[in-house]
Amino acid sequence: MSKPKLVMVGNGMAGVRTLEELFKIAPEMYDVTVFGAEPHPNYNRILLSPVLAGEMKVQDIILNDHDWYRDNGVNLHLGKKVAKIDRVKRQVIAEDGTVEPYDRLLLATGSTPFMLPIPGNNLDGVIGYRDIADTDAMIEAAKRYKHAVVIGGGLLGLEAANGLKLRGMDVTVVHIGPWLLERQLDEVAGRMLQKSLEDRGLTFLLEKHTEALIAGESGRVAAIRFKDGMQIPAELVVMAAGIRPNTALAESSGIYCNRGIVVNDTLQTYDPKVYAVGECVAHRGIAYGLVAPLFEQAKVCANHLANYGIGRYTGSVTSTKLKVTGIDLFSAGDYMGGKDTEEIILNDAAGGVYKKLVIKDNKLVGGVLYGDTADGPWYFQLLKDGKDIHEIRDQLLFGQSMVGDVGHQGQSKAAAMSDDAEVCGCNGVKKGVIVKAIKEKGLFTLDEVKKHTKAASSCGSCAGLCEQILASTLGGAYQATASDKKPMCGCTDHSHEDVRKAIRERELTSVEAVTKFMEWKNADGCEKCRPALNYYLISTWPHLAKDDPQSRFINERAHANIQKDGTYSVVPRMWGGLTTPAELRAIADAAEKYKVPTVKVTGGQRIDLLGVKKDDLPKMWADLAAAGMVSGHAYGKSIRTVKTCVGAEHCRFGTQKSMDMGVKLEKMLFGMWSPHKVKLAVSGCPRNCAEAGIKDVGVIGVDSGYEIYVAGNGGIKTEVAEFLCKVASDEEVMEVSGAFLQLYREEGWYLERTCHYVQRVGLDYVKQKIVEDGEGRKALYARLLDSLKGIKDPWAERLDGELKKEFEMLAVQPA
Amino acid sequence: MSEFRKICALADIPRLGARVVQQASGGDIAVFRTAEDEVFALHDKCPHKGGPLSQGIVHGKRVTCPLHGMNIQLDSGDAVAPDVGHCNRFEVKLEAGDVYLKV
Repeated sequence: MSKPKLVMVGNGMAGVRTLEELFKIAPEMYDVTVFGAEPHPNYNRILLSPVLAGEMKVQDIILNDHDWYRDNGVNLHLGKKVAKIDRVKRQVIAEDGTVEPYDRLLLATGSTPFMLPIPGNNLDGVIGYRDIADTDAMIEAAKRYKHAVVIGGGLLGLEAANGLKLRGMDVTVVHIGPWLLERQLDEVAGRMLQKSLEDRGLTFLLEKHTEALIAGESGRVAAIRFKDGMQIPAELVVMAAGIRPNTALAESSGIYCNRGIVVNDTLQTYDPKVYAVGECVAHRGIAYGLVAPLFEQAKVCANHLANYGIGRYTGSVTSTKLKVTGIDLFSAGDYMGGKDTEEIILNDAAGGVYKKLVIKDNKLVGGVLYGDTADGPWYFQLLKDGKDIHEIRDQLLFGQSMVGDVGHQGQSKAAAMSDDAEVCGCNGVKKGVIVKAIKEKGLFTLDEVKKHTKAASSCGSCAGLCEQILASTLGGAYQATASDKKPMCGCTDHSHEDVRKAIRERELTSVEAVTKFMEWKNADGCEKCRPALNYYLISTWPHLAKDDPQSRFINERAHANIQKDGTYSVVPRMWGGLTTPAELRAIADAAEKYKVPTVKVTGGQRIDLLGVKKDDLPKMWADLAAAGMVSGHAYGKSIRTVKTCVGAEHCRFGTQKSMDMGVKLEKMLFGMWSPHKVKLAVSGCPRNCAEAGIKDVGVIGVDSGYEIYVAGNGGIKTEVAEFLCKVASDEEVMEVSGAFLQLYREEGWYLERTCHYVQRVGLDYVKQKIVEDGEGRKALYARLLDSLKGIKDPWAERLDGELKKEFEMLAVQPA
Repeated sequence: MSEFRKICALADIPRLGARVVQQASGGDIAVFRTAEDEVFALHDKCPHKGGPLSQGIVHGKRVTCPLHGMNIQLDSGDAVAPDVGHCNRFEVKLEAGDVYLKV
């Protein structure tokens, strides 16, 4: 059976991105044909300004070269303009007579520069600014002529003017508005921008109306005349007064167009066989001229072309950044504000910094940053997430660092970092390397940055920073996804939240059931989603869902920690950090017997035996089990340790028996799997020798009982635990700690530590669930105890039987 | 002369998992089984930093090295782009439910 035919008209960024998304999820579905009017393969149009400015070359901005089309089996017609669509016969006819039939048609015809309807607009030397040919024409003109006029003081006009100036021309920008970039900036920021561009030698004529372009003797444009009679020389005129969606082809074939080709939320036109994406489209009355929304459209469109039938495009909030080197400008959302909004403004004219944040109902709805845009991406994220900024309002203007959240999740001042500053400490990746990869390889997402540079691909603590670098490098092309809507991994478009919900509501009890029900793109998932799915299943349906060892990372499969040389480390559990001479003797014997090269005391008060061969593990466990020891789970996303001080049992300051409490907690939680590792500590007095202030749950004994702290972290970025409540008895410590951990187990996303979970949902929410709602707390605690019922020691379970196979080597059998 | 030798039954390798064939010389060989019950064999050493590929998570026709997450294509031994690297392949075949390795 032959495949259905997909024909795409237009070979620009939005269209080709749609194909890329389509090939990712349904590579074999269509025979694909692409018509491109330009002779070039798909290139990054937003980087034409750096090309004009001489900062990049055309070959640097190619996104998909000819090999890409060939490798994906795309039948490519370059330099062929499509003349007609015959919707009855379902075929596309090019000007040169090429005919291609289609089953699905994708229109991605982009837009054309708006040429002012004035006399002389067709003279030689008058051009729009849209493609490589225009850019080449400008570069050529700059070599031969002196006077350039750019009509339009928008983003594109200013970038063109800057580029021409850098190429040695005298440039005048003519703008009809009262200030520059009036669609992105308020008046103050607009004036500041104008001043700094004037310092670079550009000339501005504001509120000027062009009347005519006047030809010289050669027939080329020579001057420009305004309605007020003023006339200035102009040997090159660049029209950057806006773009018009290119709808001529669609209209001529009878497809309904308004401000663009009208599409619905699935990117279908009025003819359901015809889709459209990009700048040629009007969605809910809006035609977008920035690349980020077009990529969102591309994703949804590909999804529907692949017959997945999920995903809607509901419009985009956009942000912009001017690509003029050395000028920092950022704007997003409702930057003007109005009667029902409030504004916070910083205006340091002498220092060249201006910031305006527009707030409505305690939420950020827009803003303008000039001179210092480092916090732009953070503000944009707050805006998109619709976060309540009430609590941080008084520091909001001073940026993220003042809110006290620098470093962890990596948010810091990406734009201000030097190129040789290290971004990813795990893999030694410097900022310059990331920026270079983003530019040269045309990266647009964090995932792509991870793949190409390895940054943020290990511990992930620099992911936020990498996103900031992406944002500051791409400017308007960057589209942050609201963080709670991010897909779990490349196998799906569903977020962690969606998946957890589906598992609960649809009573899904196996990895296969989830990937099938939620239409995973790869049937058996990947190394990222499978461990998460397995955890969600066993935590949601404790005794129903079957644990899938093949969906666990090797540490949890082998119940020991893999080391850099492929050996393992073994950590027997020492309840509350306590041990006995007999246990120590057994550990020492095992270390000698299996030639353990390194014996180390861990940060969590346990003994680590490092350098054990995998096939020795079960033998060693058997020896340790004989001395009464069980697995310390020092390898898992699970309860690790409960650290203790010596407490009232021995310490002269101790108010509570911390060792006893620690042992009780650790025994209660034995075998508890969780979204990430979990550590507890119990201190007998506020001197806090067990360091309870940086643990997931920290218990501190005081004279009248215990104080309970949650969501601390001694890891990637130290987080001090927050006070949850005070209780009087040991039983209450168990109940509150257990209920908190169960809440985290039920709602946390895989690989999310308690500190990040609490940051996401808010401490007030946790207090409400655990402290105020007594019934709810008891229910959570009961669910925790129920799920831990009948937990077996994983070491003992693997001493023989089917599970032991994991540790046995195969040998070639004799012939 | 190399020939196919039996190493185990297919059922001895977990689906989406691997087993290791120990060799006297030349390094261990990892034998993988996919969800579709295809078998592949690679040198048990990631081209990146020598991680034991046999211990990685298998998905599709790929395995993810447990040390630093490099993905290796089981049928070619090549690292999945944009990573680069190559891992030696060994011939394996499935016959009547048994796995044979060419040694």
